[in-house]
Amino acid sequence: MSEATARRREGIARFWRDYRAQRAGLYGAAILVAAVLASLATPLVTDPSGLDVTRATGAKMAPPSLAFPLGTDESGRSILLMIMWGSRVSLLIGFLSALLSMVIGTVVGITAGHFRGWPSAVLMRVTDWFLVLPSLVLALVLAAILGGGTSTIVLAIGVTSWASTARLIRAQTLAVEARPYVERSRVLGAGHWHVMTRHVLPNVAPLVLANTTLTVASAIVTESTLAFLGADSGQASWGSMLRGSYDWGAVTSGAWWYVLPPGLCIVAVVLAFTLCGRALEAVLNPRLRGAA
Amino acid sequence: MTLLEARDLHVEFTSRGRRARAVDGVNLTVGEGEIVALVGESGCGKTTLARTLLGLERPASGTVRYGGTPLAYSTRALKAYRREVQLVPQDPTGSLNPRHTVYEAVAEGPRIHGLRDERQRVASALSRAGLRPPERFFPLYPHELSGGQRQRVVIAGALALDPGVLVADEPVASLDASVRGEILALLLRLRAELGLSALVVTHDLGLAWNIADRVAVMYLGRIVESGPVEQVLGSPSHPYTQALLSVLPDSPAPVVLRGEPPDPTRVPGGCRFHPRCQVLAAGKAAEAGVDGRCRSQPLGILPAASGPQVACHFAEGSRTPA
Repeated sequence: MSEATARRREGIARFWRDYRAQRAGLYGAAILVAAVLASLATPLVTDPSGLDVTRATGAKMAPPSLAFPLGTDESGRSILLMIMWGSRVSLLIGFLSALLSMVIGTVVGITAGHFRGWPSAVLMRVTDWFLVLPSLVLALVLAAILGGGTSTIVLAIGVTSWASTARLIRAQTLAVEARPYVERSRVLGAGHWHVMTRHVLPNVAPLVLANTTLTVASAIVTESTLAFLGADSGQASWGSMLRGSYDWGAVTSGAWWYVLPPGLCIVAVVLAFTLCGRALEAVLNPRLRGAA
Repeated sequence: MTLLEARDLHVEFTSRGRRARAVDGVNLTVGEGEIVALVGESGCGKTTLARTLLGLERPASGTVRYGGTPLAYSTRALKAYRREVQLVPQDPTGSLNPRHTVYEAVAEGPRIHGLRDERQRVASALSRAGLRPPERFFPLYPHELSGGQRQRVVIAGALALDPGVLVADEPVASLDASVRGEILALLLRLRAELGLSALVVTHDLGLAWNIADRVAVMYLGRIVESGPVEQVLGSPSHPYTQALLSVLPDSPAPVVLRGEPPDPTRVPGGCRFHPRCQVLAAGKAAEAGVDGRCRSQPLGILPAASGPQVACHFAEGSRTPA
C-alpha cells in the first residue's frame, strides 16, 4: 500500500509543478485565494454590528469617503462592510451548491452513460424531468417549504441545476466508452467500477471542472436572483445588495458605489473560476500541454 | 495440444430488424505454441470471431473453450479467463488512454487482478516486448511514443498477465511498413521464448505467410479453407483463396471477383460463395458436374482438424478422383 501512497504523492507533486506553469491559472487561483481568505478573515477584523440598520453610523447614500471607502447604502451602512460579509454568504452558497450540483450531475451522467439499457433510460427520464422543470420556481418552492437558511438555498440551487450537467457528462461518457482503450481495459479484466473511475472519470474531469466554473457562477447568480425574489438566506449577500441597490434606485440616483462593488465582485470571482478551470484542464489533459 | 478452441460457433447481430449472421458456424483451434492466421476480406466476420474468442461477444450457439473447459460468462469466470487470453488490438494509439503513462498502461492488468510485485512485473513485460531499459519508458505518455513503441506497450500490457494466447486483431495494420517487420518478429520471438500461442486476424496474406503455422480463410461467417500455411497459400484449393492470392502483386493472372461484397444479413443458399465464384462463372464447375450442387446444396462446417481442408463442391469433386 505504501507504494501506492508514494505514487499518489508523486502525482500531486507533478500536478502542482504543471499547474504552476499556467500563468493565467495562477492569477485566477490568486484571486480566489484572496477572496476566500478575505471572507474568512472578515469576522476577525470587522464588527458585524455595522450591518444592523438600526446601528448604522453613516449618512444615507453617501459617496465614498475616508470613513466609508465604498460609500453607504440607503440606511447608512458601509458598503465595504456589506461586501465583505456578503462575500461569505455568496461564496459559500456558490461553492456548496455547485459542488452538490456537480456531484449529482456527474454520478447520474456517468452511471447513465456506462450502464446502457433500462438504468440509463430511467435516469435520463428523471434528468429530463428536472431539465424541463422551471428551476427557479422549483428552487423558490423548495426554499419556501424548507424554510429560510443557507443550507436551504444550497439545496434548492443544487437540486435544480444538475440536469444539464448530467446530460453533458453522459454524452462525454458515451464518447469515452467507445474508445478502444476502454475495450482493452475490459479485456484486461476491468469491471464497471474500474472503467468508470480509471477511464471515464479522468476523461470527463476537465469537462466537470469547466462546468463547475460555470455552475459556481450561475449558482451565485441564482442565489442573487432568489434573494431578489425574496428567498434569501437571511444574511447580506452580493445578490441581496444588488436587490437593495435596485429597490432604492441607486442607478438612477447615480449611486454607482452601491451597484458596482457587488457586481464587480461577482465578475472577479467568476473570472477567477474560469481561469482556474482552464488551467486545470490544461494540466489534466496532457495533449493540451504546450498548446496554450 | 489444443489451447483455445471455437466449437460450432454462431454469433448473430440484429440491426434494423434484420438478423446478421456474422459468424455462422466456425470450428477453429489454436494449439500450444502455435500461430494461426485468420484471413478474409472486410466484413467476413473475422473480427467478430476474435471478439467472441475474447469473450467480448456472446455466441448465439456453440462454445468457446480454453484448455478444454467451456467459457462461462459470469463476471468472475470472465475475469479469470482474461489472465489466459489477451488482446493485441488493431489501433495501438486509440488503445492507450492518453492520460495514462506507459507504466500505468502496463500495470493496469496486474492491478485489476491484484497481482504482486507490480513494478517488477511491468519492467519484465516491457523488456519482453522489446522496450529496454524499461525504466526509461515508465514516465512517458503515449503521445511521446512512436507507433511501433505504442504497439509494444500494448503487447507488454497483455504480457504482464502472463497469458497463454494472444488474439491479435490486425496487429500491424496501422503501422508503418518499416515497423511491421519488427512487431511480427516480436510475436515470433514471444512464441519461441515463452511458448505463447497466437491467433492473428488479418486481411494481409503476406503477413499470414510470414508469421503463421496454419491459416484459416474466412468468407461470410464461415471458414472455407484451412490448413498448414504452405498448403493453403502455396496451392490453394478453394476458388476464394485462389482469388485472394491472385491479386497479390507478383501473381500472373489476377482474378477480380464479381458481384457485391457479401452481406451477412443475406447469406446465399448452396455454397455461400457461389454468386461470386469465378470457377462456377467460367463453367468449370459445370464441366465437373457440380454446378447444381454449388447453387443448391449447402456445405458442411469444416471440422477443427490441423490438416488441409476445404469447403467447396468443386475442390472436393476434383480431389476425390486423385
